[in-house]
Amino acid sequence: MSADPATQHGRRRGSPRSQERRAELTLGAISVCVLVFIGLLVAIVFTEGWPSFAHNGYYQWFLPGGDVETQLRAIFSGPTEAAHYVYHLRAWPILWDTILVTGGAVAIGLPFSIFAAIFIAELSPLPLRRILNPVVRLLAAVPSVVYGLIGILAVAPWIEHNFISQADKHSVQAIVQLTGPNLTLATLILAVMICPIMIALIASALATVPRSWVEGSEALGANRWRTTSKVSLRTVRPAIVAATVLATGRALGESIMIEMVGGSRPFAPNLADGKIFFFEPIQTLAATILANFEGLSTVPLGQTLYAMAGVLLLSCALLSLAGWAIRRLMLGRYGIGV
Amino acid sequence: MASVAQPPTPIAGKGRDSVRSWPLGDQIAYGVSWGTGLLLCVIAGAIVLFMLFKGLSYLRLSLLFSSPSPSLDQSQSGGFLDPIEGTLLLTTIGTLIAAPIGISIGSWLSEHARPRWLARMVESGVEMIAGVPSIVLAIFAILVFSKPVFAFLSETSSGGSVFARSFINAGLMMSLIALPLIVGATREALNQVPAHVREASYALGHTKATTLRRVLLPASRPGIATGIVLGMGRIIGDTAIVLIVLGQTARLEPAGGTPVLSLLRGTGSTLTSYVYENSPAGEGHAPQKAYAAAFVLLMMVLAINAIAMRLSRGAGEAVQWIR
Repeated sequence: MSADPATQHGRRRGSPRSQERRAELTLGAISVCVLVFIGLLVAIVFTEGWPSFAHNGYYQWFLPGGDVETQLRAIFSGPTEAAHYVYHLRAWPILWDTILVTGGAVAIGLPFSIFAAIFIAELSPLPLRRILNPVVRLLAAVPSVVYGLIGILAVAPWIEHNFISQADKHSVQAIVQLTGPNLTLATLILAVMICPIMIALIASALATVPRSWVEGSEALGANRWRTTSKVSLRTVRPAIVAATVLATGRALGESIMIEMVGGSRPFAPNLADGKIFFFEPIQTLAATILANFEGLSTVPLGQTLYAMAGVLLLSCALLSLAGWAIRRLMLGRYGIGV
Repeated sequence: MASVAQPPTPIAGKGRDSVRSWPLGDQIAYGVSWGTGLLLCVIAGAIVLFMLFKGLSYLRLSLLFSSPSPSLDQSQSGGFLDPIEGTLLLTTIGTLIAAPIGISIGSWLSEHARPRWLARMVESGVEMIAGVPSIVLAIFAILVFSKPVFAFLSETSSGGSVFARSFINAGLMMSLIALPLIVGATREALNQVPAHVREASYALGHTKATTLRRVLLPASRPGIATGIVLGMGRIIGDTAIVLIVLGQTARLEPAGGTPVLSLLRGTGSTLTSYVYENSPAGEGHAPQKAYAAAFVLLMMVLAINAIAMRLSRGAGEAVQWIR
């Protein structure tokens, strides 16, 4: 920011009006760069990943069939001539892992966050509230690699010793190894990571509920819990949707922590396995990209990874679109925008 | 990210409305609510105390001031001086790129925003950038920066292929992570400046551009600073971009001879990638050093957040001062 008096009065560079125009255009041009970047990102990632879809057949790519780890290794070590590239991939296990972990974390985290947000915004005594606000910020600020480190070094051995018996391990030894880093651990830690986002958004929305609505409910004789759950919470439903969408997006994109505590194996846990299901290793889309990034320069593997990145981008976009649509429907019905 | 706003004062008095007189379902829900609140405190306390305990028992002053060296013997593998320098350098680059761009976009969205449809698109564009997973940004960067056009940003091997991994490339991607926070903070801060301040400036004959630069931006400085500091926190904590775009060399490896430029074009590591590499998930298995580095990392992030909270408290006062 220059303190040049001439520019301050706008004399040197033409009339004030033209200077004004130039300033607006410059700022506008910088802003439009955002759109250009988004366009380039989507276009380049999908163009690069397209061969992977094309060679597998557009919907077969998403189907189950075989071990993903073996397939990725075959893609990596296949022939190096463009005509003989190997592309065979059936990515369902990775997608299933992503759905399981993300869905699980949101399913645990959402009710927890709603209760916690109510507690912070409405029920907690003032001294506790003064502690809770920084606590939420702290949990949101801890880097994912620290969550992963605590998970793999402190919680994983504990889970392995207390919940997985030798008999369990032997029963599936031929197919998969059961260790501390597994589906349950990844889901739980992911839930801890996304809760602060949801709590903060829902709590700040609860604070905007009109006082008169709350007082009206109180005057009708409803107790504090009834007032909160039937009036305040219903009012902020659009904010709850927004918070969930944001948190789900964050969960979808989490790679480091999942790679550290998920077992790092693209295996599809089978619900029919009963108790063992919860202790089978997983690897989500983002974690798979991270685990294989050193092969990016191998053309077919690189293209496969970009295809996965494309799927990730697409699901994030669909997610926020769905959230937007739901919010719009709700705003029409409840009238308060948050 | 939205901060937790101060909620309204507690609703009901004690006397008649005692929890005991509520229906059982309400009492249970009330209890669950208390439980979640306390559990939050327990989780946060456990994380901080655990990291404090581990960090203090494994952190040695020598670790902070010695460079890492490849060795299987943990007493020989050095400390994490270079990762700390890497973190500081990368954060500086990312912030220096993100701050001017973010403030420009924020001011345009708040003060001009014409044509309306374009402003709306930019708005959702910024939101989309915030939603793109950092791992996708990272492999996108490798793809783009390995084009010969961007050879000046990183090293080129003897075979002519561009390495695409360098501090400046990673910093460019990191700036995208900080950008949405800075844009949001700028908009919020500008919106808080009362309309009559703008009107007073126009009445003195200032143009819109001069008003923005001389009156509005100085007035909203604390708010913008909060956004920038929060963005720095985000950059310090990110790992995926560092692992992929920074080249995974334990030490800072400058490329070429020019003093500053070589560092920017060179590769290195940061605290996050150091923790990852030394955890059981990475290549070097040295949990004690991982704990020590993670402790330093956590302290940095918490300090950054404390500064942000402090600044945002200042923002309220600054706006009041204008009134």
